[in-house]
Amino acid sequence: MTGAGFGAFVRRAHHAGRLVVQPRMGMSSPQRMRAGLLATRDADATTVGTLTLDSYTRVGDLESAQLAVLEGVDLNGYPLVSHETATTRRVLDGIHGPQFPVQVRHGSAAPQHIFRALTAVGLDASEGGPVSYCLPYGRVPLRDSVAHWTESCEHFATLRRTGAEPHLETFGGCVLGQLCPPGLLVAVSVLEALFFRRHGIRSISVSYAQQTNRRQDSEAVAALRSLCTRFLSDTEWHVVVYAYMGLFPETEHGARRLLAQAAELAVQSGSERLIVKTVAESRRIPSVAENVSALEHAAAVAARTVRDPLEGTGTETYAEAYALVDAVLNLDDDLGTALLRAFSEGRLDVPYCLHPDNAGLSRSYIAEDGRLCWSDVGKMPLSGVVDARPAHTVTSSELLASLSYVRRSFDDHNARS
Amino acid sequence: MSNPLTPAPGDQPVLVAGGISDSHTWNLVYLQLLVEEHGHRVVNLGPCVPEDLLIGEALLHDPALIVVSSVNGHGYHDGMRTVTRLREHPALADVPVVIGGKLGIAGPCGDEESAALRAAGYDEVFEESADGIAAFRRMLDALPQRALV
Repeated sequence: MTGAGFGAFVRRAHHAGRLVVQPRMGMSSPQRMRAGLLATRDADATTVGTLTLDSYTRVGDLESAQLAVLEGVDLNGYPLVSHETATTRRVLDGIHGPQFPVQVRHGSAAPQHIFRALTAVGLDASEGGPVSYCLPYGRVPLRDSVAHWTESCEHFATLRRTGAEPHLETFGGCVLGQLCPPGLLVAVSVLEALFFRRHGIRSISVSYAQQTNRRQDSEAVAALRSLCTRFLSDTEWHVVVYAYMGLFPETEHGARRLLAQAAELAVQSGSERLIVKTVAESRRIPSVAENVSALEHAAAVAARTVRDPLEGTGTETYAEAYALVDAVLNLDDDLGTALLRAFSEGRLDVPYCLHPDNAGLSRSYIAEDGRLCWSDVGKMPLSGVVDARPAHTVTSSELLASLSYVRRSFDDHNARS
Repeated sequence: MSNPLTPAPGDQPVLVAGGISDSHTWNLVYLQLLVEEHGHRVVNLGPCVPEDLLIGEALLHDPALIVVSSVNGHGYHDGMRTVTRLREHPALADVPVVIGGKLGIAGPCGDEESAALRAAGYDEVFEESADGIAAFRRMLDALPQRALV
C-alpha cells in the first residue's frame, strides 16, 4: 500500500489490524496546539492528529478571531485563518506527515476561507458536508451551503495536481448528535460522500455516531458499509465511528464504559477509525491529558476486540437508509439540486432541527429496548419501510429524559469496565 | 375587549436565542418546550444569533423576556457583546434579558464574570446546574402570563 495522505494512513493501519483513534482537540495558542498534537502522536495508540478550529472562525467572524489572537484571549479552538501561515507551519513542523497525518475539523457552512488556509499550510484532510454543517448548526441557507461546499470541494480537489490525495470526511452520520434515527444518519453520510465524490474528491471517510442501542448501531454501520460498497466503488473510503455525541456520562466509570462500547462498535463493525470522547466531556472542553487517556483506553479496548461485522443489507436500518438515498438521487442529476429539493419537499427531514430550510415534520423517540425510532416520518419516503409510532406532544421533561438516556444508563450502572 | 393594535402584556413572546458563535441547538429546543409549558409563546431564533438579528427581532416582537443560551464556551464573551449592543437601543433598555448555559471554556464562569455580565445588562445569569434551572423556572413563573382562558 502506498500513498502519503490521511486515507492511505488509515488504510495501512486497518490492514495491519489496528483501529486509528483520534481526539477532538483545538487550542488557540500555537504552543499549546503543538503540545497537544505531540501528545496525541506519542500516545500509546495508533493516532492521527486534529486541529479543531474555534467557533468564530467557523461562523466566519474573522474579526473576533483576529482580535482574540492579538489580545491573547483563549478561544475554544485553533484560529487557523487568523494565525500567520508561518506560525501554523511551525505548529506542524516535524509532526504532520505520512506517519502522523493531521485533520482540520471546523463545522462551517461557508468553509472556503478554511480550505484556503489549510492547504496553504500543507494540510490535506478535513471534514464536514453541505447538509451536516448547515442544517442543525447555524443560519446559513442550505442553498448557500451547497454552493459554498461545491466551491470548497473543487478547490480542495486541485491539491491532487500536486500529487497529494486530499481527504474529506462526511459529518452526516453525526447530524444532531443524538435522537436522529440511524437510517437518516446513514443516508446523509452516504449522500455527502457522493457529493464530495462528484466534486472531485477521491479519498473519503463516512461518519457514524454511536447512538442508544448497540445492536442498532452495528446494523447502521453495516448498512453504511454496504451502501458505500455500492455507491463509492471507484473511491478510496473508510468508516469513522464517533463515540456518543450527546449528553455524556458524568461519572468516570460511565464515561469510560461508553467510550469502550464505541471502540467495540468500531472494531466489530470493521470500521477503520474512531473519534473519542473523554471523562471531562460532560463538564467542559477536555485537557490534553484527558484526551490522551481516552485515546489509550479506546486503543486498549480495540486491541482486544475482534472484527465481526453484521451482514449489511437485511435490516430495517438498511432499508430506511437505502430508501432515502435512492429517493434523493432520483430527484435530480445534480446532487446539490437534489439535496435542496429533498429538504424543501420534506423527503429528508431532520427531527427537532430548527433551521428554516428543514421541514420539521419528523419526530423521534427512544423505544423501551433503547432503539431510536420514528414517531413521525413526516413526508420522508418511508411508508412501508418504517413502523412509526403515532406521535404525541413531547414535554420538556420527556425531551430531557431522552437526551440524558445514555448518560443515565451509563452513570447508573455499577462501576465495571 | 383588548385593542388589537396594543397587545396585552401577556401576548408578548419570549425570545430564545443561541450565542453568536454557538451552534448547539438541543438547549434551545429544550428551552422552547420549557418556556411554552410555563404559558408563554416562544420565538426561537435558533443557533448562532448575531447581535443585529437579535436586536431586530426584539424590536419587532417586543418580547416579555429574552433568553440567551450558550454551551460552547464562548458564552461569556459572546454574551457580553450581545447585551452591550442590545442595551444601546433606547427601546430595549428595559426588556428583561437573561443568559445561561456553560458560559466559560474552563466550565462555569466565576462570580466575577457573572457580576460583569449583570453589570453589562443581563438581569440574571444562570449556570448549568439543577439550581440554575430551578431559578430559571421561578423566574418564568413570575413573568406576566399569557391569558390561558
